Amino acid sequence: MSSVPLSLYLALALILFCIGLYGALTKRNIIIVLISIELMLNAVNINLVAFSKFGVMPSITGQIFALFVMAVAAAEVAIGVAILIALYRNRNTVNIDEVNTLKN
Amino acid sequence: MENAWIIPLFPLLSFLFLIFFGKRLKDASAYIGILLSLASFVYSLLVLFERFTSPTHKAESVWLTIGDVQLTAGFEVNQLNALMLVIVSLVSFLVHTYSKGYMHGDERIHVYYAYLGLFTFAMLGLVLSPNLLQTYIFWELVGLGSFLLIGFYFYKDEAKRAAKKAFIMTRIGDVGLLIGMILLFWQAGSFEYDEIFAAVEAGAISSTMITLTAILIFIGAMGKSGQFPLHTWLPDAMEGPTPVSALIHAATMVAAGVYLVASLFPLFTASETALMTVAIVGAFTAIFAASIGLVQKDIKRVLAFSTVSQLGYMMLALGSAGYVAGVFHLMTHAFFKALLFLAAGSVIHAVHTQDIEKMGGLWKKLRVTGPLFLIGTLAISGVPLFSGFFSKDEILIAAWAHGNTVLFWLAVVAAFFTAFYMFRLFFMVFAGESRTDMKHVKESPSVMTIPMVVLAVLAVVAGYVNTPWFGTFLGDWLTDGNPALGHGHIEGPAWIMIVATIVSLLGIFLAWLIYSKRSLARDWLGASTLYNVLYNKYYIDELYEVTILKVTKGISVLLRFIETFLVEGIVKGVAGAVSGLGHVGSKFQNGQIQRYGTVAFIGVAILIVVFTVTGGYLK
Repeated sequence: MSSVPLSLYLALALILFCIGLYGALTKRNIIIVLISIELMLNAVNINLVAFSKFGVMPSITGQIFALFVMAVAAAEVAIGVAILIALYRNRNTVNIDEVNTLKN
Repeated sequence: MENAWIIPLFPLLSFLFLIFFGKRLKDASAYIGILLSLASFVYSLLVLFERFTSPTHKAESVWLTIGDVQLTAGFEVNQLNALMLVIVSLVSFLVHTYSKGYMHGDERIHVYYAYLGLFTFAMLGLVLSPNLLQTYIFWELVGLGSFLLIGFYFYKDEAKRAAKKAFIMTRIGDVGLLIGMILLFWQAGSFEYDEIFAAVEAGAISSTMITLTAILIFIGAMGKSGQFPLHTWLPDAMEGPTPVSALIHAATMVAAGVYLVASLFPLFTASETALMTVAIVGAFTAIFAASIGLVQKDIKRVLAFSTVSQLGYMMLALGSAGYVAGVFHLMTHAFFKALLFLAAGSVIHAVHTQDIEKMGGLWKKLRVTGPLFLIGTLAISGVPLFSGFFSKDEILIAAWAHGNTVLFWLAVVAAFFTAFYMFRLFFMVFAGESRTDMKHVKESPSVMTIPMVVLAVLAVVAGYVNTPWFGTFLGDWLTDGNPALGHGHIEGPAWIMIVATIVSLLGIFLAWLIYSKRSLARDWLGASTLYNVLYNKYYIDELYEVTILKVTKGISVLLRFIETFLVEGIVKGVAGAVSGLGHVGSKFQNGQIQRYGTVAFIGVAILIVVFTVTGGYLK
């Protein structure tokens, strides 16, 4: 079990994060974007847990933080979907490239 | 005399009033101009009479203090100034009156009178100036007034060009005046005439410097007085209304150059070279312009060239140390040339053409203008008993007495030319049969003829103030208490007067033979090369066209090239780079959250790379 080295965990987290980043930056559908953001958060979680086990100073703090992140992610999704529904009602779209009012 | 400063203010008032309220007054604005110019004439006359008995009055106050130098402004009434005041204000008043008839019905008559007021103000101010700086200010104002009046018919292309030409040509001369003035200030430490003369007399200025400044100032006078080679603007200036030609290009503005040389006369007499330059330029201009006048076909152009020629005479007189002769001729010329121009205006008013080929037989139609024109012609031709005879005689004597034999004979030939072309003009216009339909020709109204009558009387009698027979009152008075100006009368051999008379009568006789009696073929000169050269004014304009103008245009093209491609290129390059950068930058600000995210990610990535490299983690 302990034969899996830290670098593999980090590589997995990196791959996950990159997929999430790619999805968040390229997908038009806001739901996919939200899912991609979840992917990135989970990549972070993997990092936290991995460091709490194999880090220079192993401690339980990393795992606690992972739990925090999950709670924050859940809240974020709840608010995100709520905003999404409100947006859909107003604009009748869930495509992120049609939402560019930041320009003004 | 203490209140002489008020004289120029009358026309200034007229100018300001008409500029602001003229539009509503329309034709009535003429009365304002006439009244105010009459006021300044009456006042000038009073000043002149007072000057006969009392000494020169000079009043000044400090205008500017720069360090230790104090610049003053004020006015001075000496003999020359008092005389000029009367000449200028009288001619101005008569021209104001005459214009009432000549410009009748013109829509912009109030503008015309306003300009006349401005010009008269400038000229009177110039005449009253006690120092060079003030003279220069009014000198430029005179140029401005002239520019406005020549270009009065600005919708005519020639008038516009003539106005610009007059302004630029005189500006060329003004540069000389300005440099001369600054040099004098540097050397004498003052712009005051009196102090300059004192410095010259005390030998505080080296003789080379005196020659240099005198010649530079003379260049200014050349520009204004239409001396060769800066004369070309004067004939073109005839595009202005004819009364303006009478006022500006006969009696006053062009006389400003002569006046300037006369008022700086002690400076010129201090340098033999400067005097010689003035005399040579004057004599050459006199004969040069007279020869052009022989063949011109436009009534005003003939008069214009005769003006240039007569101004050359005055310069010759001054250059021959004949101060009195120059000023005397300035005075008589002002009267008879103003008369001639006004009479020419009356002719043009009647026949609506300026081409003398189309006139003829007008003697019977214009019973008033004709005799008046004849009086002016006799006066300018130097026929005995008329004013021009005495003043021209004075000039010839001055030239002879100064030892300028060559210039003297040039002047005699010029006098012959003058008599010839003036009578050619007279016979072509008034004698013989009418060459075109002249049914509608009417004599001008009395508002135009009366000023001419006044001038005609003066053109006859003005000569008697300074004659070798009855006494030289003018000369004695002008030089009174001022030995630097020379003697009131220069003694000359009696045969000069006889030669002058014979020459002028010969000119008249020849003109009569050719143009009135027609016993000599009219075109004995026509079509020859000489005729063409003269008719085209020695191709001076064309010469300037191919030399100075071409060079100037070449330089301007070059400069324009630099401007468009170098200066503008840099400016446009900088502006283009900035706006291009902005354009690229604005691409990122498209409101798309994902674009922002991408930018942020790229930024973080770059930061990481930078820190990795600089932090030494990359080995």
